[in-house]
Amino acid sequence: MESGQIFNLVPWVVFLPVIGLVVNLLLGRRLGEVFSGVVASLASGLTFVVAVLLAAALASAPNARVVSPWEWISIGELTVRWAFRVDTLSVVMMLAVSLVGTLIHIYSIGYMHSDVRHNGDPGRYTRFFVFMNLFIASMMLLVSADNFLMMFVGWEGVGLCSYLLIGFWYEKGKNGIGNAEAAKKAFITNRIGDFGLLIALFLIFGYFGTLQFDEVFRQAASVAAAHPGAMLLITLAMLLGVSGKSAQIPLFVWLPDAMAGPTPVSALIHAATMVTAGVYLVARSTAFYSVVPVAQTVVMWVGALTALLAATIALGQYDIKKVLAYSTISQLGFMVAAVGMGAMVAGMFHLVTHAFFKGLLFLSAGSVIQGMERGMHGGDDSAEFDPQDMRNMGGLRKKMPLTFWVYLIGGLALSGIAPLAGFFSKDEILGAAYTGHNAVFVLLVLTAFLTAFYMGRQLVMVFFGKPLSAAAEHASESPRVMTIPLVILALLSLLGGALNLPGVHTLEHWLAHTLGEVKPAEFIWLVAGLSFLLALLGLGLAWLIYTRREQKSGADDPLKKPLGALYTGMERKWWVDEFYQALILNPYKAFAQFIAEPVDLGIIDRVGGGLAAGMRALAEGLRQLENGYVRSYALWMVVGLLAIMMFLFLR
Amino acid sequence: MFPVIYPIILAVILFSLGVAGVLLRKNAIVILMSLELMFNAANLVFITFANYHQNLDGQVFIIFIMVTAAAEVAVGLALIVNIFRAKKTISIDEMHSLKG
Repeated sequence: MESGQIFNLVPWVVFLPVIGLVVNLLLGRRLGEVFSGVVASLASGLTFVVAVLLAAALASAPNARVVSPWEWISIGELTVRWAFRVDTLSVVMMLAVSLVGTLIHIYSIGYMHSDVRHNGDPGRYTRFFVFMNLFIASMMLLVSADNFLMMFVGWEGVGLCSYLLIGFWYEKGKNGIGNAEAAKKAFITNRIGDFGLLIALFLIFGYFGTLQFDEVFRQAASVAAAHPGAMLLITLAMLLGVSGKSAQIPLFVWLPDAMAGPTPVSALIHAATMVTAGVYLVARSTAFYSVVPVAQTVVMWVGALTALLAATIALGQYDIKKVLAYSTISQLGFMVAAVGMGAMVAGMFHLVTHAFFKGLLFLSAGSVIQGMERGMHGGDDSAEFDPQDMRNMGGLRKKMPLTFWVYLIGGLALSGIAPLAGFFSKDEILGAAYTGHNAVFVLLVLTAFLTAFYMGRQLVMVFFGKPLSAAAEHASESPRVMTIPLVILALLSLLGGALNLPGVHTLEHWLAHTLGEVKPAEFIWLVAGLSFLLALLGLGLAWLIYTRREQKSGADDPLKKPLGALYTGMERKWWVDEFYQALILNPYKAFAQFIAEPVDLGIIDRVGGGLAAGMRALAEGLRQLENGYVRSYALWMVVGLLAIMMFLFLR
Repeated sequence: MFPVIYPIILAVILFSLGVAGVLLRKNAIVILMSLELMFNAANLVFITFANYHQNLDGQVFIIFIMVTAAAEVAVGLALIVNIFRAKKTISIDEMHSLKG
């Protein structure tokens, strides 16, 4: 096949998962678990193959291509086509999403097999894979779109899948509605962000007259010169969308609750792919942000502050997945800060490596949780027992050796230990901050230290020491269908740094075709050495503190005493949820109550009810005329006739 | 020639009797008969003025009215027979199914 024709394959990155989900929808229940899992993984895997073909074709001819099969909307001046864009940026996203997605699909075959049994509804197995394929399709739509509107369709699609999958066990959780509430929270918080994104889209159409990427970005500089206020508004409204989807301040609160979903969902949607959509959006809109320095600064600060805030909260969490969730928010903050500094490549690089190691960490955490659940069935723990609480773990290194090793690799990569993937990508972001944004640099370095510390804390609490519960005592290793994807992801986390080694800059040159020629990030020995040392220090400190802690299930954290109120703040997530509850939700509910009772029941219903009652009384009066006696009708006819005659005579 | 006012007065009396009969009587057949009275009062006025103006139009009109009245009575009686079969009465006051 000629390379030109290969680009025509691009719609298949969306169609293949759709075919997979349709097949599963129609046949999945009848043909059983293996069939569902294999079909879904195959659909995702073939998507990856298509992405690889596209990348290979781009390697020889790196200009952006647009494949536009159909017209979608044509109203007045607005013309939107179903157009798929293949350029170096979108292909990087496609590769990352489909590769990690496929591995997570394969892992899910094993994970969901026991998850549906643990939760007591094996019939839901197929549904999970239908949603997962729907997610892959939406995500591909998001990254392959050639205009803002089509991207928005994907953007909403992934939000929907996120909602569906967080609430996968919708009847479980706290009081039987905990999971459903978490799903609702994620959806509504994302709606607030999407409102911002929509406003940005409307403004873009208003000022540019089109939503097509190339045309919009070509005019960015001239529009920014003519309407600086509008451009600022567009970029800030877009940032609101980014902070919703990518869990940044002020909308990050939904992501920790989203851990109510099955663990592969947390890995795929809430760590590796969907939440990075915001970073992708900013990178895609480089042309906008580079002409509005104020917005860039805001993006950078939002990212840096989110990174630090989330890292401190991660220190105080006991739930194995919550720690990873806050870590994800923190790392997303790194990426957002990077794209805010204009270091788009560093941001994208960290996005890809983060997809590898955070996907790995979540999947390994899933393996740990299921190991604990298997231990529960063997042990004698009560129903209240929480298999995700790290205070109940310990000593799992010997019970689950493979999981331990891959977890260790993921944890070291996240902490930024050379030469693992996280070291290179994080170092590039720190390097960019060092050359010009000192305050942000300090924040990010501090975050990097905290990152290493909470990863060390987690590793020690989960894998070292002695088992702190009967479940941990009886935990056992996961089946091979789960461990093989873990090993592959561990290899990717080990070697992912090779994507953009200092001095070689493969990814840099690759993305330059789309993002424009950017100054290659320098490798600053001071920064690299500092971040490496801090990572080692963090891990070492965690080792010292946590191996000596009181080895008892449910014991307080050893940091609680020295840090006091500060640690309580971390444990309680700095009361952000409570703050929103008091500041926004309660007034909003009171307002809704006011609208519902005094206004709706008191005024609107009374007006409507009064009109109805008046009409009824009038009709009641008129009804007296219709007494059913023919003679009275005849009398009225005579009276009427006489009245007409009188009128004619007396006129 | 007698004055034209005499037959007109007679017609007015007949018509008033007809109206009174329709309004006051309960028996459906009597009401039909009262209607007939009103028709013929109208006919009397027609023929009086036809004679007065020496014009045949009025006389022609009477023929039409008589035919119409005959048809109306046929329909009316048929209705009354049917109502009697259903309700065992022809009292007009019993026929108030359409009362609101």
